[in-house]
Amino acid sequence: MSDTLTARSLSRRRFVQSSGALLFAAQCPVGLSRKAYAGGAGAMMNSFVRIDPNNVITMLANNSEFGNGAYTVMSMMLAEELDVDYRSIALEAAPTTPEYYSPLFREYLTAGSVTTGSTFMPMRTAGAKARAMLLEAASQDWQVPTAELTTEGGKVTHAASGRSSTYGELLEAIHRLDIQPPETVALKDPSEFKILGKPARRYEGAGKVDGSAEFGIDIKLPGMLYGAIARPPVHSGSVIDFDATEALAMPGVVKVKAIRAGVVVLADSYWRAQKARAKLKIEWDRGVNDGVSSEQFYADYRALADTPGLLAEDIGDAIGALDAAETAGSVIEATYEMPLLAHATLEPMNCIARVEGDTCTIWSGTQYQSNDQEVISRFLGIPQQNVTIHRPLMGGSFGRRSSKTADYTVEAVEAAMGESVPVQIIWSREEDIRSGHYRPLFVHKLRGSVDESGMPEAWHQVAVGQSLMQGTKHDPAYMVRGMDIYSLDGCLQEPFGVFPYGTSYQIPHHRVESHNAPKKGIVPQEWRSVGHTHTGIAYECFLDELAHKGGIDPMELRLRLTKDHARMNRVLSVLKEKCDWDKPLAPGRGRGVASRIYNISPVAQAVEVTVAENGDFTVDRVVCVVDCGFAVNPLGIEGQVEGGLAYGLGGVAFGNIDIVNGEVQQSNFHDYPVMRLPQMPKVEVHILPSDEPPTGIGEQATTPIGPAVVNALFNATGRRVRRFPLSSQGFNLV
Amino acid sequence: MKLTVNGNEVEVTSEADTPLLWVLRDELNLVGTKFGCGIAQCGACTVHLDGVAIRSCVTPVAAAANKDIQTIEGQATEAGLSPVQHAWLETDVAQCGYCQSGQIMAATALLAQNANPSDPEIDAAMAGNICRCGTYPRIRKAVHLAAALMAEEQSA
Repeated sequence: MSDTLTARSLSRRRFVQSSGALLFAAQCPVGLSRKAYAGGAGAMMNSFVRIDPNNVITMLANNSEFGNGAYTVMSMMLAEELDVDYRSIALEAAPTTPEYYSPLFREYLTAGSVTTGSTFMPMRTAGAKARAMLLEAASQDWQVPTAELTTEGGKVTHAASGRSSTYGELLEAIHRLDIQPPETVALKDPSEFKILGKPARRYEGAGKVDGSAEFGIDIKLPGMLYGAIARPPVHSGSVIDFDATEALAMPGVVKVKAIRAGVVVLADSYWRAQKARAKLKIEWDRGVNDGVSSEQFYADYRALADTPGLLAEDIGDAIGALDAAETAGSVIEATYEMPLLAHATLEPMNCIARVEGDTCTIWSGTQYQSNDQEVISRFLGIPQQNVTIHRPLMGGSFGRRSSKTADYTVEAVEAAMGESVPVQIIWSREEDIRSGHYRPLFVHKLRGSVDESGMPEAWHQVAVGQSLMQGTKHDPAYMVRGMDIYSLDGCLQEPFGVFPYGTSYQIPHHRVESHNAPKKGIVPQEWRSVGHTHTGIAYECFLDELAHKGGIDPMELRLRLTKDHARMNRVLSVLKEKCDWDKPLAPGRGRGVASRIYNISPVAQAVEVTVAENGDFTVDRVVCVVDCGFAVNPLGIEGQVEGGLAYGLGGVAFGNIDIVNGEVQQSNFHDYPVMRLPQMPKVEVHILPSDEPPTGIGEQATTPIGPAVVNALFNATGRRVRRFPLSSQGFNLV
Repeated sequence: MKLTVNGNEVEVTSEADTPLLWVLRDELNLVGTKFGCGIAQCGACTVHLDGVAIRSCVTPVAAAANKDIQTIEGQATEAGLSPVQHAWLETDVAQCGYCQSGQIMAATALLAQNANPSDPEIDAAMAGNICRCGTYPRIRKAVHLAAALMAEEQSA
């Protein structure tokens, strides 16, 4: 988009003749020309709503859709206040400009399970303000009080006179009467909701059953070249020299060149590019990460965990209490070790880039538009507003497409430099597994004691792993006294940094320390539920160990520890009943529980497992109780819970990226297994009714499942797993 | 080389060893069939060859000549969505949706063989189709619904 267009579309002016049509052209799907829409005279009612004379209502969505349901909940919110069917709303990606930045992140970013919560008021307000202008226009035009007007199905009606106009028809009156947007507007009371709080099918669902949904990988542009990149065997490697003689002789190959990511083959089809890539002869500089290994990470981190770390929390006197308890024999110690994990989105990373003069256009599935824009503008040395981002649907992300390095985006830009056509880079699965970004490897060392009643009395935890935020532009926001709040998320009883919540448990003596492991070997990246992916296992499993030590039922223990946390206590009480906690299980079967809070929703799960002699096990049943505040779309929440726990379960059961001599050993789904249908448990989801504002649900179910399963395996067999994945310890999910 | 895709005869020029997936996607612009792994491990590229579900990412285009190739784009008719697609939409299966073309093609092939599959039969038939979003519970539900819709259609 051009500066002018951006400025116009950003204008708060209530009615900019035809700017809507121009904006639509700027954001229209690939393949539609601007000209096709130039004749329209739509009205921007505000930043998020445009209404066209033909009564098409368009939402400008500033959150991205990667399976999270963003488009569904946002269109529901707008539709509710505008009194239209949410599926009738047309949707455009809002431009990547500061006006559309997340009020929470102050960037154009969809992450952290905050879409529903952070858009709940803005989108409803946008809808309500647009409606208020329509009512005002009708009221003045028809000389009737607004109180006598009603709205339904995209029409304003005055019952007494029988007058009725579509929203589109009222645009003329809005313009003629110079109707201003109201400063404030009353939103519907939840008791009046017709859409919000009711199960709603996915907004963009139809295209996802007939094959027409357009993902980044599907976009074809005229003359576009396909690129396949040969990447170094070690993260941080680079090209010394290459011989492309054979590759260049292959059919369809246009060019071979070295870029920072490796050597890229450009061809007229992706298959031809891939095939030619195999013919390259490349001499690599293996770089600083040559020789690193996962085993060395574990050894180094274990050693670090024995030394004092940065002090994150120190409630009571944990060390003194533990030392005193030592003589009473009521202390236990354990170390939990969690491997590197890949995201393995089913749509591999891909990006199309076109570089023309001092402008750049990309077509990219991304959670993090403003960062991509920033990285590209820095790389090309062009103004940020000269980078236009088109935003197709994403075939999964789970954090991978919020790359802070903009790795898969900026490399496409580099490959497209000097080319007169757009270039699409597509990653193979092997590149995805071997050359991606990863959930960092973590070691947690824990020491805890129980009091005379058997309840946890003292807790001392040391977390060691690579920080996600240290040294990045997020350092100021997410590092507290040198500690990454994500490394400790879910370990602390008190709020920490910008996270306004603790564990929900009260243990009298509670001390947590943190070590930022040296940054090497890999680029660490958020993985669905972020810090909780490792802290959840360490915390919830060790809590189970303490319950066992104190002879207290693990569910009862959690109910007692959360007696001052009403929401989590309620979640656990319901869970206990719904999961038949007290019903005995047959030999070889076990039950486990875990409860977590992440942005800000309390979620607890209880699982039942059956374990065979050889360690093969099934997860037979998962009962999940969630309190995510007001449940905007129960159907979407249920799906996020089922899917979120499937993602977490696969990670704990068999997720493992192993680095040896700097090289990732896994390469595809045969050696980096993920959840498949037969392994999927029966899931029961219970959403607690609530009048609290909506909070996250996209990542909340991912965390409890792992520790709940580990605790259930212990319950069934008496064997405690402290190193992951489970498959490396003789427990195979079948 | 001549191919029959969704009932239409088309001429393609890709090399004979090109996987059918890339011919469909890059030459015929039928991009509903997806690339996920390239080694028949994920099922995103599932299409039908003479009614049998196959992985198009490891099937050379030459092997598909003179056969009836069906892709996701050929599932809906003028009368509307296929029963499987209808069941998928009704059950709100998709999240990111990337794997769902392959899931629908796998389920369609299963139901052609077995009109009323049990959960274990569904699990076995669809174990080769990965969904990273974990829509598996709804996939099971949707296959049952599709079976019911097809039975209804038969009796009507």
